[in-house]
Amino acid sequence: MTQQDKAQTEQEFSNQRPHPTAVTVTDLDLYYGEAQALKEINLVIPEKQVTAFIGPSGCGKSTLLRCFNRLNDLIDSCRIEGEILLNGKDIHADNIQVPELRREVGIVFQKPNPFPKSIYENVAYGLRIQGMNKRRQLDETVEWALKGAALWDEVKDRLNDSAFGLSGGQQQRLVIARAIAVQPKCILLDEPCSALDPISTLKVEELIAELKEQYTIIMVTHNMQQAARVSDYTAFMYMGELIEFGATDQIFTKPRLKKTEDYITGRYG
Amino acid sequence: MKALAKWIADGTPWVWLNAAAVSASILLVAGLLILIGVRGMAHFWPLEVQKIVYQQVDGSELILAGQIREEEKVTASRLRESGLEVAQGSEFVTRYLLKTGNRDLMGQDFRWILEPSIISTGKPQSMVVFEREEWGVFIGMLIGVRQAGQLLEDADVWGSFQTRLDHANELRDEIRDLEKSRIGSVNYRLERLRLKQRGLEIKGKDDAASLAEIESDRTRLQKEYETLEQELGELYTRLRSDAVIVTTVDGQELELPMSSIVNAHRPNQMSLAGKFGHFFHNVWKFIADDPREANTEGGIFPAIFGTVLMVLLMSVFVTPLGVVAAVYLKEYARQGLFTRFIRIAVNNLAGVPSIVYGVFGLGFFVYTLGGSLDRLFYPEALPAPTFGTGGLLWASLTLALLTLPVVIVSTEEGLSRIPRSIREGSLALGATQWETLWRTVLPMASPGIMTGLILAVARAAGEVAPLMLVGVVKLAPALPLDGNAPFLHLDRKFMHLGFHIYDVGFQSPNVEAARPLVYATALLLVVVIVLLNLVAIQVRNRLSERYRGLES
Repeated sequence: MTQQDKAQTEQEFSNQRPHPTAVTVTDLDLYYGEAQALKEINLVIPEKQVTAFIGPSGCGKSTLLRCFNRLNDLIDSCRIEGEILLNGKDIHADNIQVPELRREVGIVFQKPNPFPKSIYENVAYGLRIQGMNKRRQLDETVEWALKGAALWDEVKDRLNDSAFGLSGGQQQRLVIARAIAVQPKCILLDEPCSALDPISTLKVEELIAELKEQYTIIMVTHNMQQAARVSDYTAFMYMGELIEFGATDQIFTKPRLKKTEDYITGRYG
Repeated sequence: MKALAKWIADGTPWVWLNAAAVSASILLVAGLLILIGVRGMAHFWPLEVQKIVYQQVDGSELILAGQIREEEKVTASRLRESGLEVAQGSEFVTRYLLKTGNRDLMGQDFRWILEPSIISTGKPQSMVVFEREEWGVFIGMLIGVRQAGQLLEDADVWGSFQTRLDHANELRDEIRDLEKSRIGSVNYRLERLRLKQRGLEIKGKDDAASLAEIESDRTRLQKEYETLEQELGELYTRLRSDAVIVTTVDGQELELPMSSIVNAHRPNQMSLAGKFGHFFHNVWKFIADDPREANTEGGIFPAIFGTVLMVLLMSVFVTPLGVVAAVYLKEYARQGLFTRFIRIAVNNLAGVPSIVYGVFGLGFFVYTLGGSLDRLFYPEALPAPTFGTGGLLWASLTLALLTLPVVIVSTEEGLSRIPRSIREGSLALGATQWETLWRTVLPMASPGIMTGLILAVARAAGEVAPLMLVGVVKLAPALPLDGNAPFLHLDRKFMHLGFHIYDVGFQSPNVEAARPLVYATALLLVVVIVLLNLVAIQVRNRLSERYRGLES
């Protein structure tokens, strides 16, 4: 991407941007030891919209996603340069409490990862950590979160059963309920449907559409139909670089760059 | 040739090899258990008493009565070399180990006899085996019972003996209760009082008022003691008033005080069911009683108790320490050369001979730590050491140190088995690393921690060498747990099954009597370890059931 292209992208984007900004990424470089995994990423993610990252395996989509709640901090060899602003605040600033940041930016992984506890305790986990102990308050929030994740009707009679008794799709929605229970501003979804069957996938996609009313959603997906169906904005990444970013309709119907078009039409990837 | 190559290639020899290895292991374990089981348990079986007329070397006849404990073949030439006359033509001679008892009369209670010298044998119905408080068993015939000096004119001598024996046993129980708990408690309080006074003297606070108070306490306790002593004296007089009149098989008549007889049975009249009953009674006595006669008679209860208590205390010490160390190594410390070095050191620690830990325990815990504790907190008892000598606390700590590497290693393994997604899931909800550890990671790692504890228990319960240096004794006067506050006496010395085996096996004056006890004690040690492990395994299975989702 040339300097000119970049300027043009940003120009176009800001012209057509009808939404306030949630996340701004500026000149982000990320290294695993010597290897550079992300190169010069510049990105503005709108609030209360679904933004999808697409691209071939190993292009850095998930790595970028994990930057937003600083999960990459757990990897010793990982080094980050550049700036990420979340609602105008630099998430790498010294005064940022990482647990607090992670509470604001929830994440759901590819494989459902419920804790070995009851359904209820899974959802209450984040609440208990925040010090919520009153039974009634917990009950209400758990119910609200499970309803928000469209799981309440299926599990309301067995809240004290182990979460492992749920199906994969239910587990994934449980994990989403767990994430929204702590009322984040932003939810990161890392290929949330890749381990699910088509029906569960549909349910989760419907859920995403509902969730964007309240939350900024950033998702990584391998499935381009899914990106087209669910997202409002799409970013195409390739080899650690952000190739093209724009409204989903525009990316899928008239991509500006040849690379994007090739990928979308399945010529490589 | 081709068929052979194919046979090797399809892995059949491997299957056979593996199967053979497994069978060999099972056979070894089963063989071990059967050996110690049979040898140990045979000791409790009531053997019949043989009356044997025996020709001695000088030609005179000797009448013996006893139980045949062993039978073996020896070469005739060996006997000839030792000066015995053996008939020509026989290459091997059978000889029997006869348990004759009556050590007070014959000087020994086992005797080897040669089969060719036996003139006749028989099994008189009237033979009685008396178990005594001292001098081992007495084997002979019951003639009469004397109650309070009067010979009982009763046709059923055995019946009246049984009632008098029951009576004596009741008295003995009363005496034991009185001596152990009530007089023991008074003595304990008196000793505390003495230490209190000494403490006040050392601090210079021994003013008249407090001394008077102590003195009044002491007089009260002394009085209590005197009443108890009197009570005890009366019980003893009552116990000693009875006696039995018995004869040995060769007609020597003597009187045994009833107080010296623990139990008696007539093996030659017993039915099979009766023998089984007696067998289980004996086994129970062995488990539940205190040892007598330099540990060659009686039970081993204090040793079982000491072993279990020490292992439990060790678990209490080693688990938190090991878990905390493993958590630091795995979760907090930056992985690098230093942590690798520590890991190697921990693994090597597991290979240090246990006696070295014993020496360390003696030098560090007992002398240094215990010595300082005594000077700081128990100056009134000096020069007699309180913690400055081996004891339950130091033994448990030494073994905790010994088993620490096992717990660290398996906790680390348990921690590394937890998927990263679980940790990330917890962190992503705003939990700190500590909260993640405490609420999710450690509970999920608990089966691994239990595995470490199981290994630690197995190792600690079987350890003998280090314990000899830090607190195990041949005979402990009191259990480390009793009714006197503070109930658990960490400074007391204790008995241990492993050491008991060593002591009975090597230090016993009566080798023949001790041998079956070695097997029986070994069997019990195995049983105790198995039971401890079963409990721990049960707990672990519960835990892994709860966190079963891990494996998927």
